[in-house]
Amino acid sequence: MSRPTAREAPAPVSPPRAAPRPSGTAIHPPLRYRIITASLLTLAAIYFLTPVYWLIVSATKNSADLFGTFGFWFAHPKPLQYLRDVLTYDHGVYVRWFANSLLYAGVGALTATLLSAAAGYGLAKFPFPGRGAVFHLVLAGVLIPGTALALPLYFLFSSMGLANTYWAVLLPSVVSPFGVYLCRIYAAAAVPDSLLEAARIDGAGEARIFAGLGLRLMTPALVTVFLFQFVHIWNNYFLPLVMLSDSDLYPIQLGLTSWTGYADRQPELYQYTVGGAFLSVLPLMVLMTVLQRYWRTGLTEGSVKA
Amino acid sequence: MRAANRTRTRTRTTRPARPAGRPRRTRLTRTEARNARAAAGFVLPFLSLFLLCFLAPIGYAVHQSLHRTERTGPLGLGGQEREVFAGLANYTHALADDRFLTGFGRVLLFGAVQIPLMIALATVLALLLESASARGVTFFRSAFFLPYGVPGVIASILWGFLYVPGISPLVEIAGSLGVHVDFLARDTVLWSIANIVLWQFTGYNMLVLISQLKAVPDELYEAARIDGANAWHIARHIKIPLIRPALVLTTVFSIIGTLQLFAEPMVLRPLAATIDSGFTPNLHAYSEAFVSNNQHVAAAEAVLLALVACVLSFGFLRVVGQRGNGDGR
Repeated sequence: MSRPTAREAPAPVSPPRAAPRPSGTAIHPPLRYRIITASLLTLAAIYFLTPVYWLIVSATKNSADLFGTFGFWFAHPKPLQYLRDVLTYDHGVYVRWFANSLLYAGVGALTATLLSAAAGYGLAKFPFPGRGAVFHLVLAGVLIPGTALALPLYFLFSSMGLANTYWAVLLPSVVSPFGVYLCRIYAAAAVPDSLLEAARIDGAGEARIFAGLGLRLMTPALVTVFLFQFVHIWNNYFLPLVMLSDSDLYPIQLGLTSWTGYADRQPELYQYTVGGAFLSVLPLMVLMTVLQRYWRTGLTEGSVKA
Repeated sequence: MRAANRTRTRTRTTRPARPAGRPRRTRLTRTEARNARAAAGFVLPFLSLFLLCFLAPIGYAVHQSLHRTERTGPLGLGGQEREVFAGLANYTHALADDRFLTGFGRVLLFGAVQIPLMIALATVLALLLESASARGVTFFRSAFFLPYGVPGVIASILWGFLYVPGISPLVEIAGSLGVHVDFLARDTVLWSIANIVLWQFTGYNMLVLISQLKAVPDELYEAARIDGANAWHIARHIKIPLIRPALVLTTVFSIIGTLQLFAEPMVLRPLAATIDSGFTPNLHAYSEAFVSNNQHVAAAEAVLLALVACVLSFGFLRVVGQRGNGDGR
């Protein structure tokens, strides 16, 4: 995996003489460096966390307090009541949006992962005429801007009568050229040909070999593809915006912006928007913190290669 | 991979001759056929959806952009609608539109400032977190990465509240210090948007760089240290050259992302009067399609946008002299 970079690396100045030591215990940098590093990191952390802190504080306020009190401190916090207000407003439309988001992102990412795994595995393990062309097509797909595609996709889908349906968002979501790219690289490296050959000699069919052996060996890449696609779909705004006009089909983002649009006339919607924003960032934050390990390993494959 | 290549070259050289009676060759062709069949089973499900959701819309957009709607009724109202070939008229219409071009100029300026700033910040943070001086690495890494989990729309709503006078604690603090700030004025709003994008994506780019740094064997640093290189030298002469591929990757993706700029200005629009419907090319295409109801011009603009994105990202790859990776090795 590290071969492409090693070529660029300056030749090691000298072979490591010392016996291998666990890194970290080897050297204690001067206190001066440690203080500078810690202050810079803290400064950056303040920048990145301040809006999140504001969101947490503000989710415990009503509209009057949002405008009337200092933004970085609490005032009459009633978090549970206010969050319940969000969930029950307009016959629980927020819950519906949340479920829609989960459906789009969950089903979309899962299907995208399976399709990418199969395609990447097929491209990596079976030489066939036109394989290079297909892979180049996929690479071009990685570089096409998603929103430049969304508008043409809307024109196409509306001419097919697919616009303003669940399919309008789900179908484009299950296609992940980046996922295929990652799976192809990973399958080429992690699935040994000899193992496949052995399974074939044992009489296993290709589909069974893929399901039993390929998928298992590719698991780390698959988790990464799933995460990427989940976040991508969950965060996508332009596609649902152009595709959907029925608010029952909206994902959260679209729903929340429709609230902010009315907030001038209905001030309590400010409170609901903030509360809704707070609730909507929770799942991704949990997902990302828990699975951070996979982000790292997966990204290495992608970045070293590109 | 290597074995597969060998099979392919061998079959290719033997196929044209194909004299009968050599069992080995027949077996190879059979392998080839079996491979093609299996590959089709694996690749076709993805490929067919890729055709539907990537190639077909592009083809349809190109078609749309070369046509226009003609109404046959009296005064061009009512009556039958009919598509007629328009040549490049939609493109010249788009390119003659000052607001569309201004929008392009605006995102290019945005990218020229925001991307280097973001990549530099991501690099500094990655190097700091990977340096021996850092403590609490897990906490800081998670804190920096956290905004990536906040969707662009939510991030814009959030920062919108932090920008609007009357609700923003930042404006309030600045005001109490005697400084008047207006984040949403004509000259500042673009950079307020840049800040939102910076906030969202720096941590993600940092993580890409960190993963590349981790792929470097520790012995390399160890050796350099023993030879007396200090932390700055190691960063400047070993780490940065080694993460060059990741820097290129993150820059290309940032260029593509910048050209698509849409959600942030769209969400901030009600708050800032200076954001018009042509603020970014994407916003312009969107309002052409849904406000002016001119799908054909919108299609032309979408095609132009995709073209510029391709030219810029491939151009950047060319400039930095990146070796082609199309062969996927």
